[in-house]
Amino acid sequence: MHPIKRRPAVGLVATALTAALALSACSSSGSTSPATATPTTVTQAAIDAAMTTETNLTFWTWVPDITNEVALFEKAYPAIHVDVVNVGQGAAHYQKLRTAIKAGSGGPDVVQVEFQYLPSFTQGGDLLDLAPYGAASIKSDYAGWIWSQVSNGDAVYGIPQDVGPMGNLYRKDLLSAAGITPPTTWEEFAKAARDYRAANPDKYLTNMPGNDAGQFMGLLWQAGARPFGYDGKKTVTINFDTPEVAKVIDLWNPLVKDGVIGVDPDFTDQWYQGLANGQYASWQGAAWGPVFLQGTAAKTSGLWTVSPLPQWDASKPASGNWGGSTDAVLKSTKNPIAAAQLALWINTQHDSALMLATKQFLFPASNTILNDPAFVDEKSAFYGGQQVNKEFAAISATVTPDFEWLPFMDYAYSSFNETLGKAFADRTDLATGLTAWQTALTTYATQQGFTVKK
Amino acid sequence: MSQVAIARDHPRAPEGRKPKRGGLKRRQAIASYLLATPFFVVFLAMLVLPLFYSGYLSLFQERLVGGTVFAGVGNYVRALQDHVFLGGVLRMAQFLVIQVPIMLSLALVFALALDSGRLRMQRIIRLTIFVPYAVPGVIAALMWGYLYGPDFGPFAQAARAIGLPTPPFLGNEWMLGSIMNIVTWSFVGYNMIILYSALRSIPTELYEAARVDGASEFRVAWSIKIPAIRPALLLTTIFSVIGTFQLFNEPNLLRILAPNVIGVGYTPNLYAYNLAFINQDVNYAAAIAFLLGVVIMIVSYAVQLGVLRRERRS
Repeated sequence: MHPIKRRPAVGLVATALTAALALSACSSSGSTSPATATPTTVTQAAIDAAMTTETNLTFWTWVPDITNEVALFEKAYPAIHVDVVNVGQGAAHYQKLRTAIKAGSGGPDVVQVEFQYLPSFTQGGDLLDLAPYGAASIKSDYAGWIWSQVSNGDAVYGIPQDVGPMGNLYRKDLLSAAGITPPTTWEEFAKAARDYRAANPDKYLTNMPGNDAGQFMGLLWQAGARPFGYDGKKTVTINFDTPEVAKVIDLWNPLVKDGVIGVDPDFTDQWYQGLANGQYASWQGAAWGPVFLQGTAAKTSGLWTVSPLPQWDASKPASGNWGGSTDAVLKSTKNPIAAAQLALWINTQHDSALMLATKQFLFPASNTILNDPAFVDEKSAFYGGQQVNKEFAAISATVTPDFEWLPFMDYAYSSFNETLGKAFADRTDLATGLTAWQTALTTYATQQGFTVKK
Repeated sequence: MSQVAIARDHPRAPEGRKPKRGGLKRRQAIASYLLATPFFVVFLAMLVLPLFYSGYLSLFQERLVGGTVFAGVGNYVRALQDHVFLGGVLRMAQFLVIQVPIMLSLALVFALALDSGRLRMQRIIRLTIFVPYAVPGVIAALMWGYLYGPDFGPFAQAARAIGLPTPPFLGNEWMLGSIMNIVTWSFVGYNMIILYSALRSIPTELYEAARVDGASEFRVAWSIKIPAIRPALLLTTIFSVIGTFQLFNEPNLLRILAPNVIGVGYTPNLYAYNLAFINQDVNYAAAIAFLLGVVIMIVSYAVQLGVLRRERRS
């Protein structure tokens, strides 16, 4: 027997266990940080002092070429140096952000956060309230529905950057070839879909993907549905059993089941080709769609038109929103004043905001830019000379307010793909899929400690 | 350790002097420990400690509201009742019983064919069969994703050219088979090389004896070669079992192409990953990962036991 041989193994295990426990003690427990009393508005003197002190800021964003706007900012404030980092787009970006927040280090000062994900960060108290830093004064420049997305009472958690009011982008030539007038109501739309399919047995009037909850949420938004709610603390509302939701489901159910519209996943190669080859004659997309189409369907230039979405009530035009981002500041930043100024400046300073709208083609959230002739009067050859910006600006004014999101949209969107989205993709009953989605969301919310009410 | 050493060690000299045997052997022992240390440092830091930390995490539950609470075996109980997890495990079991025998049979046939010496251009054939293994898993999955594509994949285009309907490689019914195909294509060469090296180490006198008795090449393969490489076959089987249950790469990449066919829990490993990063539920993900490890251990042990029993009988 060699007792010496056994001890090292035991010692190893003991050391490892201790080390593991020690490591875990160092890690963040993930509990919400206590809300600090909001300071009174930061004085202009304090802002000036901060903006003339040598500071390094990190800015996580995936907006292409935003370094141009950042360069303008650095010219205006030479003491501030901004490091722009693209850590991925969409889900990848949020995963890294959440990891950095949980680790307590490695996170940026300013970060791009889409509207629907703001509650998931305010829930954990991760974002700085920007109202005392100058955000309260820009409220009047934004439509009510936009401001309600970024604020909670008097607190402001993100500076709106761009929005995605939804409209109908369609191929004029394909519709007229099939003898169809562009639909202005959803009833007309359903009929047009069937007629188009009858005239073109291997094409579709439109495509409703099973992997993009954002698009479908926008349509629910337009119909007046408000399935989600969050009080900012512990209570969430999850309710799809409303007549508004039912009318949207009842519209799409027969179209999907009868194979009259496409159900391909979007933003895949197949889908891009579908748009380019006329497989889909229209796209109920957002204001960022036009430029997007110009890239993927470049060869169909001149054949597309933009109009408002088909309406439920022609006398009360309404629309929904799909996408759009804000710039927010993490509470853990060491330079709150400078970071808040960066977020504000990039999105509200006139030259910078106009550049974002006209060079990067982000659809502006700010009314000043929306009314600026440089933006509004732009004519697009791709859309047969139509002033698409003006069209979408008018649509943006019809987006109905008070649409709320859950504080866990990552999970909500992924479970959409498993339930309602799967019903779309498999062409099965949408109502069953919707119930499954509601059950999944309610189960998750309860598991995570929220109180769920209808 | 030799018994001789024990006998020498035990009668402790009263002076307390170490035996003269130390010296060279001792220096060699120290040297070998030193050389092995870097591996163990990394092994400890990158595998053992995270494993313990993960086990520690799996005992807690962290909720968005309410922070972290100690849950004991709560996560494990939840996992055992989770139909997504169980479905994933079942799917992998299905994968195992179909794909592994096919792949290993193919690898065996190739290895035997190469070993028979009847093939010309042996080196080229060996290399060609092995090359798919050299292709990084991500590239392979992307490439096959394109090949399977219903609009622009070559199979789809060929089918359309001769008037057949497009084969739904990425559809609900065929998805598992398509993934099996990718994995087989990637790993048949790797397994073939292992079996081929085992074949090469069989003493050739056995073949001579068989040939004298008038055995054909097939008979030689069946009665001599295959039994002789049983340990290598067991090795490749165990590797394949472990690899099957850990399947992650292919479903994760094909999920982008067919997001409604491959759900968050298509395989248990993918489920653990998505739980951690989409659901923000790191604790439950850790429990799933540990349970998966247990499942793999059970299946590997069962396979080994089955083989040993058969060996004892024969």
